[in-house]
Amino acid sequence: MNMLDIKNLHASIEEDGTPILKGLDLSVKPGEVHAIMGPNGSGKSTLASVLAGRDGYEVTDGSVTYEGHDLLEMEADERAREGLFLAFQYPVELPGVSMSNFLRHAVNSVREHQGKDELSAADFLALMRENAALVNLDPALKARSVNEGFSGGEKKRNEIFQLAMLAPKLAILDETDSGLDIDALRVVSEGVNKLRGPERSFVVITHYQRLLEYIVPDVVHVLVDGRIVRSGDKQLALDLEEKGYDWLREDAGVPA
Amino acid sequence: MSTEYLQEVANADYKYGFVTEIESDKAAIGLDESTVRYISAKKNEPEWLLEWRLKALDYFLSLLEKNDKPEWAHLDIRDIDFQSISYYSAPKKKPELESLDEVDPQLIDTFNKLGIPLMEQKRLAGVAVDVVMDSVSVTTTFKKELNEKGIIFCSFGEAVQEHPELVRKYLGSVVPRTDNFYAALNSAVFSDGSFCYIPKGVRCPMELSTYFRINEAGTGQFERTLIIADEGSYVSYLEGCTAPMRDENQLHAAVVEIVAHEEAEVKYSTIQNWYPGSAEGKGGVYNFVTKRGICEGRRSKISWTQLETGSAITWKYPSVILKGDDSVGEFYSVAFTKGHQQADTGTKMIHIGKNTTSTVISKGISGGKSQNAYRGLVKINRGATGARNFSQCDSMLLGDRCGAHTFPYLEINNPTAQVEHEATTSKVGEDQIFYCQQRGISETDAIKLIVNGFCKEILAKLPMEFAVEARNLLAIELEGSVG
Repeated sequence: MNMLDIKNLHASIEEDGTPILKGLDLSVKPGEVHAIMGPNGSGKSTLASVLAGRDGYEVTDGSVTYEGHDLLEMEADERAREGLFLAFQYPVELPGVSMSNFLRHAVNSVREHQGKDELSAADFLALMRENAALVNLDPALKARSVNEGFSGGEKKRNEIFQLAMLAPKLAILDETDSGLDIDALRVVSEGVNKLRGPERSFVVITHYQRLLEYIVPDVVHVLVDGRIVRSGDKQLALDLEEKGYDWLREDAGVPA
Repeated sequence: MSTEYLQEVANADYKYGFVTEIESDKAAIGLDESTVRYISAKKNEPEWLLEWRLKALDYFLSLLEKNDKPEWAHLDIRDIDFQSISYYSAPKKKPELESLDEVDPQLIDTFNKLGIPLMEQKRLAGVAVDVVMDSVSVTTTFKKELNEKGIIFCSFGEAVQEHPELVRKYLGSVVPRTDNFYAALNSAVFSDGSFCYIPKGVRCPMELSTYFRINEAGTGQFERTLIIADEGSYVSYLEGCTAPMRDENQLHAAVVEIVAHEEAEVKYSTIQNWYPGSAEGKGGVYNFVTKRGICEGRRSKISWTQLETGSAITWKYPSVILKGDDSVGEFYSVAFTKGHQQADTGTKMIHIGKNTTSTVISKGISGGKSQNAYRGLVKINRGATGARNFSQCDSMLLGDRCGAHTFPYLEINNPTAQVEHEATTSKVGEDQIFYCQQRGISETDAIKLIVNGFCKEILAKLPMEFAVEARNLLAIELEGSVG
């Protein structure tokens, strides 16, 4: 069974009805890493938002099946507890809410949903230490407010750290590489690579081929004007790097 | 979706709305000289106190005649008929208690419902509790232990009988009976309250605590608290308040006076949870309170910390007069309003002595259709060389039908003063809620986390036992309440 099946997905912005996704199809099997590339405004972040259940978008047609369930029927927090994780392009600050308090709530909601007991304080802290090391985060961060005063690179590493803490089945990385220098990019990518496994799938959304040198995808998709216009292996990403997106726009009959 | 939820959260139920069936003595309805004489006689008061009350009554009635009520606050107050209130109500079985075992079991039950298991508190927390039910102080725990240190902690009525010289010396010394409309009313008809005296050099070994409860229908509650910290002493004092749910508005007009002598420190914490009225805005307590402390001596310190979640209308400005050189005043406040609640609260810091410092941190959270205002005065007198103040007022809006307002007043008459004021207003962002939800946290828990984070620095100022209670209270209030 596929982990994720997106069929003919149409979605628009709720406020003004602007259509963004216009018949998108995508299937992801357990353990696979899919990269989604595309020019600005092609709908990459909208796809991430619709999958995670963010308000402000309306699905007008199509379906999304996640592990055999209708994903679109679930609330955002339910999707997260069912193992869907979104690494935010712009992580949100929560002043006064410490990382440890935040993650304790998060981890325990997921565990409760899975019928497991709450983690003891000692086990939880040990888990935090272990996962912080994965992305080179200062363990002292547990006392800091969520994302408050974090540098751009720290925020992105913090997203991957949370991914590790919540151990999801499907992780969507929304332009996790944007704003990262080469060293930070390497740290983040190595973290992701360590978290890859036969039961865990990734959808990696990116504007640049650069990230895919570190996180090697099984499949690369090109998103143009709300639809996937081409899929291939990682060679496709290299072609895009060289030729840009315009040749695919023409192929898809979309004016550049 | 989030906004709808926020609307809904503001309609949480009040969990303290029960009525305790305890027989009580009530004064006849209305207010005139005979009412004051009745109360004074009931309390077996000396002549000077009766005189004092009667002068306050004269002043109050003269204001009432001119309809000279305070109107500057950002509040919509229905006209109160001061002649339709009973000004005295006391549980009939007035006990003389040495231990909790002798307390009316009904009363114990009341406090259990309030989540204040006295026994537990006594054993675990070591908090001395004075309980004021309607107008009369019902029980004071830990009296013996305090006596050994020379600390006086008793009901106001008892203090009048046992320590008249102290009461006479300090009563009205910080809040004069002509201070304002409601203070004058309180001075005329106050029935009981708490009294506390810490002798020179004594550090009070435990938190002192008073729980206030309005129980009877159709009564007002007018308690008076007087705290005197003699030279070099320290005390931390806590008060909590609840009331039954009633359709009519109930009036609570209290006065708190604090005197801190040289190098003394008083920390005064309040958790105010009077009945706020129904979701439609019916009933609820009018909480019109005058609280003021004076740092009389050098290097003395008074610190107010408050968590205000209850009352239909809150009107209170716990203030500090910084008279002694190098004295310190602090005000830390969280005011949470929802439904149709209105709050106009803040502080006054009056700098008189040299090198006096004050700190004001106020956090207002508004939900539902509530209005939440911070109003603060920082006044630096001509002689207050080197005075410093820092004020920070943050407001958080839950939903889009509520209001947050900040009214800072500055009067600076000394050029060496340093005064800083910062203010922010934020909305609980849908993006913040979504971020939490995306990590598996439900919307309700997300709002609790965010609001608790917003208030964190204030909650951290509360004594530990209280901080837990405060967090729980805030959680209960947020439960289904953001609107």
